Amino acid sequence: MSTSTVNVPVASPLTAGQRIAMHYFIAAMVLFLAQILFGMISGLQYLMPDVFYNQLDFNVTRMVHINAMIVWLLFGFIGSVYWLVEDEAKTELVGAKLALINFWILTTAVAVVVVVYLFVQVGPGELKSIWLINEGREYIEAPRWADIGIVVCVLVFFYNIAATFMKGTWSGISGVLVLDLVALAGIYCAGMYFTPNISVDQHWWWWVIHLWVEATWEVLVGCIMAWGLIQTLGASRKVVTTWLYIEVALMFGSGILGLGHHYFWIGTPEYWLSIGGFFSALEPIPLVAMVVHAVYDSGRHGFKSANHPALAWLIAHAFGNFFGAGVWGFMHTLPQINLYTHGTQWTASHGHLAFFGAYATINIAMIYIALQRVRGNVWMSGGLSDNGWKWKWSLGLLNGGVVGMTVALLIAGYDQSFVERALEGSTWSGYFQAQQSAWFMQAMNWRMVFGCMTTVGILLMFWDMLTIGTSETRGKQALAPLPE
Amino acid sequence: MNEVPWWSSETLWRKTAIWVTAFMAVVLIVLTFDTVRQITAGGERVPAYNVINQKIFYEVNSDRGYQVPRIGETSALFGNELNEADAEALVTLGKLTVQAKNCMNCHTLLGNGAYYAPDLTKAWLDPGWVNEDLREQLMVQFLMDPENNARTFGTGRRMPNLGITEKEAHGIVAFLKWMSSIDTNGFPRGFKPLEQEDGA
Ligand code: HEM
Ligand code: HEM
Ligand SMILES: [Fe+2]
Repeated sequence: MSTSTVNVPVASPLTAGQRIAMHYFIAAMVLFLAQILFGMISGLQYLMPDVFYNQLDFNVTRMVHINAMIVWLLFGFIGSVYWLVEDEAKTELVGAKLALINFWILTTAVAVVVVVYLFVQVGPGELKSIWLINEGREYIEAPRWADIGIVVCVLVFFYNIAATFMKGTWSGISGVLVLDLVALAGIYCAGMYFTPNISVDQHWWWWVIHLWVEATWEVLVGCIMAWGLIQTLGASRKVVTTWLYIEVALMFGSGILGLGHHYFWIGTPEYWLSIGGFFSALEPIPLVAMVVHAVYDSGRHGFKSANHPALAWLIAHAFGNFFGAGVWGFMHTLPQINLYTHGTQWTASHGHLAFFGAYATINIAMIYIALQRVRGNVWMSGGLSDNGWKWKWSLGLLNGGVVGMTVALLIAGYDQSFVERALEGSTWSGYFQAQQSAWFMQAMNWRMVFGCMTTVGILLMFWDMLTIGTSETRGKQALAPLPE
Repeated sequence: MNEVPWWSSETLWRKTAIWVTAFMAVVLIVLTFDTVRQITAGGERVPAYNVINQKIFYEVNSDRGYQVPRIGETSALFGNELNEADAEALVTLGKLTVQAKNCMNCHTLLGNGAYYAPDLTKAWLDPGWVNEDLREQLMVQFLMDPENNARTFGTGRRMPNLGITEKEAHGIVAFLKWMSSIDTNGFPRGFKPLEQEDGA
């Protein structure tokens, strides 16, 4: 087993790629805060519909809530890739200056989009509104000019990463990563055209949403996780790479045709009921594999890690991904059930646990990995000077808060499916009857209680991120590789 | 000894990953061609836009065992029978307005969107519009001034004023009527549509 050598920190300046990564991480955390702020306002509007009525209506607050989430997660991913690229390619980043300019263009564009969302909000029924204000399509509301800008920025990012690997060395992880980024960027283009036909519209919209979160994003975080386990645990590269291939096979094997679980009720043909139901029901398998992988590796290394907060968040990712996507997704993925739960608070319950559990967690883990380096390769294992209470409590509050919201929304979802869908046949009056039933309303209150808990967790986490390791005198715990 | 068993060989799994991904992608692409063909407006599942000139019913089909749209006799929207091009233009105006006003961040359409307000898939057929003769007028009135025409059923949740013009309101109603004619495999189940006279 590895011996823990306590030495003095050997600070090393950040590399060019790591400095770019820090820009992305900071912007991501600012957007995370915006996400939560607007989520709290949306949740409050359920309880008090007059709050900001005709000023900042639910459609605006919710749009900012989910858009801020998409953008901060993407920023986190880009930051993570910039963080690991030089280590993985064993060479310097090719275009550091380009990357920095690219960051500022992207960030400015995001800021302009948000200002327009908040102050212009809606436009007349013309193509011009879709080009300049918002596209009115969930998650990819960004107006068309911004879509094009995003694609250009992503291409610059992609060039930088691929060229760096080409100059340095390739590995299994980087090969999967680069191919996955091509697919991720390409799929976004499926969401960039207008059609009056709502069935065609939703058909392609799901290509973006589903093939992102249940295929390309999963594989991207698989790569980050693989690298993260090597970093935090000193896991064997060979084992980790083999696992990554297995996960890719299982994830794409189930997730690509799993797309069909969104084609049950939007006008698409009946064969999707069987194809979508069957393949999406297999999607939890790779997620189980990922849990096994992470926990097995951690256990093999006796949970001895150089960075406890990062490892804890990586494990939170493995479980969050499994429960949020795997279990909560499976619960409503068969058409016989989805017929009644489709587009209810069930969906919102799953959406929260899945996005948080699978994607917020791993970005936070990467930020802790980065912070260790920023603070000068300091000790971040057990026995921190203040016993690490800030990271431990924020981990607990954040995860507890999101799980609490998820359970509250699930109860609301059961109630809504039963009253609105099964009993009332989804009429307008049926909808409002469900919204007013006692359990539904209680659940909406509890969602806000747990929302507050989540918010406190996030604030505490920011405080921790600003302070962790600042007064640490011990160096990073050394990790000896396991005897093979 | 460090013999790697065949089932944990890195190369085996790399090849498997590549082949599985390629195979699934090809199957998806083939199915996509067929699906897009079937959902293009004017087909069996998604009617042409000039369906807004006719009555639309949502009734149990005994072969399929659930409700599906049925196209009935002529019943022109706002009293104007439109040719295919004009019908498409009106529905297009409606769809553009639906996007520009961000309806989907409160409502669901075909079950996708937000959950703050009712699903709009069969809004055209909702019994809340009282009867066939009042429906069109009530819808336009509501869209143009939701604040004063709100029926919140006691929740206090009102649709905001989105600055919808009369022309845009007509477009939205046309879009909603057309959407209600899409074959959604029986979603929503057990819907109770507005009573309509059936001359068929
Ligand atoms: C990390 C991965 C995942 C994320 C982030 C995620 C997120 C989401 C979100 C946000 C929605 C709602 C979309 C909307 O607003 O209309 C959704 C819908 C859905 N998800 Fe997932 N999901 C993930 C994985 C899965 C998995 C693995 C399954 C199945 C096993 C699944 C099953 C479903 C189903 C059936 C729906 C449709 C719900 C409805 O009909 O309203 N998801 N997902
Ligand atoms: C303070 C905590 C939060 C509150 C109060 C909150 C509240 C809300 C509300 C009210 C909605 C709209 C649901 C509807 O249409 O009825 C929503 C949607 C959503 N939120 Fe949150 N949220 C919070 C945190 C989060 C977090 C941490 C994540 C993920 C990282 C998240 C992801 C989402 C997603 C994906 C949706 C769209 C769900 C769907 O369409 O099915 N939220 N949230
Ligand atoms: Fe999906």
